[in-house]
Amino acid sequence: MNKKHEKIESDVPKTDDMIELRDVSKIYSMGGEKIHALDHANLRIKRGEYVSIIGPSGSGKSTLMNIIGCLDIADEGIYLLDGLEIKQYSEKELAKIRNQKIGFIFQGFNLLPKLTAEANVELPMIYQGIPVAERKEKVAVALERVNLTKRMQHKPTELSGGQQQRVAIARALATSPALILADEPTGNLDSKTSAEIMKLFDELHKNGNTIVLITHDDSVAAHAKRLVRILDGCVQEVPA
Amino acid sequence: MIGQTFKMAWSAIASNKMRSFLTMLGIIIGVIAIVVLVSLVGGATSSITGEIEDVSANALSVTISDDKGHPLTLSDIQALERQDDSFGQVAPLGTTVGTIKKNVINETAQVNGTTAAYADIHNLKLGSGRFLKTADVENGSSVAVLNANASHKLFGTLNSVGNRFSLDGQSFLVVGVLEDSEDITTAVMGDNPALYIPFTVESRMAKQPYVTSFSVSPSTDDSIDEAEDALNKYMLQRFRGDADAFSVLNQSVFLDTIDTVTSTMTLLLGGIAAISLIVGGIGIMNIMLVSVTERTREIGIRKAIGASRSSILVQFLIEALVLCLIGCGIGLLGSWALLELIGVIAGDMLAVDMSAGVVGLAVGFSIAIGVVFGINPANKASKLQPIQALRYE
Repeated sequence: MNKKHEKIESDVPKTDDMIELRDVSKIYSMGGEKIHALDHANLRIKRGEYVSIIGPSGSGKSTLMNIIGCLDIADEGIYLLDGLEIKQYSEKELAKIRNQKIGFIFQGFNLLPKLTAEANVELPMIYQGIPVAERKEKVAVALERVNLTKRMQHKPTELSGGQQQRVAIARALATSPALILADEPTGNLDSKTSAEIMKLFDELHKNGNTIVLITHDDSVAAHAKRLVRILDGCVQEVPA
Repeated sequence: MIGQTFKMAWSAIASNKMRSFLTMLGIIIGVIAIVVLVSLVGGATSSITGEIEDVSANALSVTISDDKGHPLTLSDIQALERQDDSFGQVAPLGTTVGTIKKNVINETAQVNGTTAAYADIHNLKLGSGRFLKTADVENGSSVAVLNANASHKLFGTLNSVGNRFSLDGQSFLVVGVLEDSEDITTAVMGDNPALYIPFTVESRMAKQPYVTSFSVSPSTDDSIDEAEDALNKYMLQRFRGDADAFSVLNQSVFLDTIDTVTSTMTLLLGGIAAISLIVGGIGIMNIMLVSVTERTREIGIRKAIGASRSSILVQFLIEALVLCLIGCGIGLLGSWALLELIGVIAGDMLAVDMSAGVVGLAVGFSIAIGVVFGINPANKASKLQPIQALRYE
């Protein structure tokens, strides 16, 4: 068990790149036709970078995020996370990466509907094997950061879209992951809350976390230090 | 981690009460179907077999329709025992109808004249007192063995040994009362007053000095066919080769029929058990498949936040086991209650047999089905890429 743990944590990375995609493609067959959701995408993101990805709908930005976040596997090309090819990780190791290294904020929240906000935020830490007292503390801190302490016993159905989004954000951040991936994190939030969340991301970035953000909102994209455009599955850098 | 997974499993069960209840319901119904049906049919089979074995005896019954001038006497009958090694005991049977009286009570009863051997040959069970003795027959004593119905009607009790009553004007002493049993005989032939008196006394009453009907038991349980052959030979000889003058009924033929009946019933039992297993099993399978498949998205979410495949499988295994065990528990309680209720309603007519074997079968089977069909869809879902599971509708 320890050996696998070492593979992720104490591997001295060969590069600064946390994320490297080389000619990554994702192909779907629809009625005999082949559609490239991602078409030979190339992307390098360094440790500690704050990147926003912008593009119209259908451009493949969610597909890109899913591959980066280990939620999906590329059909062609290579994905290196911390210098190691994703294909070399075992299923258990990938689960650990999703659990400890990556915090994914979904556009559709993806909360467990039958659990309270508190229980939802707690769940990744249960899988990490963190003891109860420590978990409860981290949950409290995370929910406080998104201003949702008062609603923590409520289930998602009892929360507004914006509140659910904040629960999703709290869940992703509670484990203090090195890589934060956020798909339209402020989509359902009012401008005041949006501003607070973006401030939160700025803080995280200052603390050295790597952040990748998908947004269609230019003002949100402007918080990031780097802008990547994507169109028809093809990635285009925008000069800083 | 197991403790944590257990809590997660329990929380998942508790947080969706309707789905958990429906899953358990499938198992409850499956278990009740198997246990109740198998117990009922099993009980019925064994009670029927038991009663028939009780009543029917291994014996040959002979009826003479034409004595061809060579009628059988009591001493002929008694001598018959020594005629062949395969013969056990022999007893004559003379029947007539008589009126039994005690004080103001007046009843018509069947009067059976016979000898001491009759009780052994026909497996008669005495409730109190004794059966007829050879001395009673030799002396022509006015003694009688009553059946339970006759005792009740005359004396209002089964404890009538030592009392006197009148049969067709003659005073008789009760020396024995048969056991009061509701069995196949009473069910088939009706429960009427009957009594057994010495053959010599009955033949005088009925004015029939000869034996027109008698029964023979085989010397050993296996020699009944041999005895039948020997008896047929003797009778043919006696009645000058006229096979129509008499008839020999081998009661073991009756037993063979019963064997066939019980085999058929056992097959029926097996068939019903199999069907109830299938029905119960399909019910469990369906609900498990549906309830787990509908949680594919949930599995996707758990994977996305870092659950490994084994965590997912262990969680769903525990959930399935817990639901199955609780469902089995409730099902067994329900089966027991239902069988008790049936027992009360049906009374002695229907025995119910909730054996450990049936319980084991129902529980083992339900758990096996529940776990297999609970794990299988979870396994499939956990093999998907998280994003695929998340997209599942």
